[in-house]
Amino acid sequence: MNPADNNSVCSAKIDASCRVPLLALFGGAALWLVLGLVFAIIASLTFHQPEILAHCPFLTYGHAAAIANDLLVYGFAIPAALGVMLWIFARLSQAELVLPIVPVAAAHFWHLGVLVGVGAVLTGHSSGYTWLEFPRASAMLLGVAFVLVAVSAVATFGQRQERELYPSHWFLLAALLWFPWIYSTANLFLVTTCPVRGVAQPVINWWFSNNLIFVWLALVGLGVAFYFLPKIVGQPLKSRFYALFAFWTLIVFGTWVGIPAGAPVPAWLPAISSVASLLLVIPLTAVAVILCRTLCGAKVASLGGTYCYMRAGSFLFLLSGLMLCVTGCPQISRVVEFTWFGQAQVQLQILGFAALILIGAIYDILPRVMGTELPFKKFVNAQFYLSLLGVALFVIPLAVAGVKQGRAGYDPAAAKLWLMISTTGLLFLLLGALLLLVNIFAMTLKWKLGLVKMVYAAVTAPLETKEVKS
Amino acid sequence: MKNGFGVFFAVVLALGASWVGLVVAPVVQLGTAKQATVLVTGETWPVQRTGEATLGAQVYCANGCVACHTAQIRQEGATFEIVLTKPGKNPVAVTNLLAGLKLSGLSKDEADAAAEKIKDAGGVTASYVHPFGADITRGWGVRQSVAADYLYDYPVQLGNLRVGPDLANIGGRMADANWQLAHLYAPAAYVKNSAMPSYKFLFEVRKLGATPSPDALNNLPKEFAPADGYEVVPRPEAKQLVAYLLSLRADVPLYEAPFTPNSKP
Repeated sequence: MNPADNNSVCSAKIDASCRVPLLALFGGAALWLVLGLVFAIIASLTFHQPEILAHCPFLTYGHAAAIANDLLVYGFAIPAALGVMLWIFARLSQAELVLPIVPVAAAHFWHLGVLVGVGAVLTGHSSGYTWLEFPRASAMLLGVAFVLVAVSAVATFGQRQERELYPSHWFLLAALLWFPWIYSTANLFLVTTCPVRGVAQPVINWWFSNNLIFVWLALVGLGVAFYFLPKIVGQPLKSRFYALFAFWTLIVFGTWVGIPAGAPVPAWLPAISSVASLLLVIPLTAVAVILCRTLCGAKVASLGGTYCYMRAGSFLFLLSGLMLCVTGCPQISRVVEFTWFGQAQVQLQILGFAALILIGAIYDILPRVMGTELPFKKFVNAQFYLSLLGVALFVIPLAVAGVKQGRAGYDPAAAKLWLMISTTGLLFLLLGALLLLVNIFAMTLKWKLGLVKMVYAAVTAPLETKEVKS
Repeated sequence: MKNGFGVFFAVVLALGASWVGLVVAPVVQLGTAKQATVLVTGETWPVQRTGEATLGAQVYCANGCVACHTAQIRQEGATFEIVLTKPGKNPVAVTNLLAGLKLSGLSKDEADAAAEKIKDAGGVTASYVHPFGADITRGWGVRQSVAADYLYDYPVQLGNLRVGPDLANIGGRMADANWQLAHLYAPAAYVKNSAMPSYKFLFEVRKLGATPSPDALNNLPKEFAPADGYEVVPRPEAKQLVAYLLSLRADVPLYEAPFTPNSKP
């Protein structure tokens, strides 16, 4: 056996070790993505006809919009990211996943936590903080589940053959440390029986929201993209130094963003945040340079599939980062504060950047860990174009609506037409998400049937004569 | 970075700094805040909510009202106005002086200089503060919201999107509880092109008994009124929510947000 064969056998073993945890994480994530988009559509129906769900106490706009956001981040993005991270750590370490049973259990805890949280918000038991609507019981389940997956990921990281770290390692390890820190802080200070007083609450809430939606998703998305892009284009990330620079500036500046200008808090807080958001132009430039230098001149065999997802996702990150960056400018923030513009940026970050990269990674990883082809291979490119169209039709109208609304002094009529257009974007996104769900569930079903057949065959197989005692 | 400890160190340094700056420092600075003192009257602020309004805050939170309503007034600045309160011993000189002076729309320094001149001529003046800004022009508030306004709130729901109007001072500008109840039941009947869904589930439509309920909404426009022989009665949640809305006020002058009540520039 030559070394290459040995390597591929080894890769197959590593992939197989990730199979069950990844199925548990991705399957739930795909389901929550579909449900999250359904809730987003329900919420946006209110713009077409405010009375449409007025009789239903469960589906007020406030409930549906909060659940949609929570499902997209806690339901889809985080478990999908955890699954992709586990696999990347195993692959980079050239080692099988350590303690695979732990992330399997954690995936179930996680999805249970999301279910409990959604039930609580639907029945009016939201905590009332943005991105922290889930009540205490649910937050505890999510926290424990995340730590369990992180333990398995870090243990696998410890098994690595090469001691030197890859740029992906920095981003993904930082993400593993980042979330438990911000999530526990936010929950312990806010969603407890003795919360902090007064406006310290929204300050912590803003800190958490930005560190989750901007920094955490950026760490995960870039970490994953910096793993796949060089592999697909067949040349190393250019360069390691730029990546290190982008990593440091992203976490050092990014973490201070989020306190809106003019908020009723001591003036030094929004001042720091505004400066930090303007400084984001530095990591964004570094990422742009890395992408250009790594991708330009690369001869890529296939211009479809994962490569498209990764490339589009990374460029949408630059756009979303730029949208956040310009709000640090007082002339702009005065127009767009409290408008749909901010929502457009958040949705671009989640559905454009993070979701594209994660879905691209899932489509690459799934066939490997299952050891079979995707049941519906054509869905991969179909979903890519649907998602891209969906993001454009969702985010651009929202941003335009934001500017119009800001200029018209928050007159709801000014933004109405654009909000109605944004619903079509959600429909395309939903269609794309359904393709992912069908692919994952068909694959899981096939695998489970295979298992049943195997067991059945083993049970019904005639015993070999030599084992029968006479 | 050569190993995992490098990454750990980077995260602790970066996130630790913002954790100290944006979590610990605000808790230290704001967590010990006490009631503020209202300028001129010397009363304490904010006023503790009634039990019903506190329950209403929970209804507000449970229904996710914060998704569409902010509760924070922004202010771009303030102008000063000098008003003569006593002409003093030499009214002619003061009158002549006043004719040549700009008295409203002044900055703090200009106002001080003008007041000084009038004082030198023997007049006694008062200075009025007029906050300005888009929110104030819109009539949503009389001054900016400040940290002291939210001292008793849990959760503090500042909001970040204005699909509907700001509610920081709704109790000051729409103090009619009946209007608030009727508006919750049928927003479109009271606000043209309202984007707000009705909150019908906070009300009960029931058959008129021998005596009508004293709480029933009685002046709904025809197309929103219930059928003959029925009445719309607010459930306790609706009344609590309205009590909370009426408790939302930011209309007293504070040290950090001064203004002169009842004085239009």
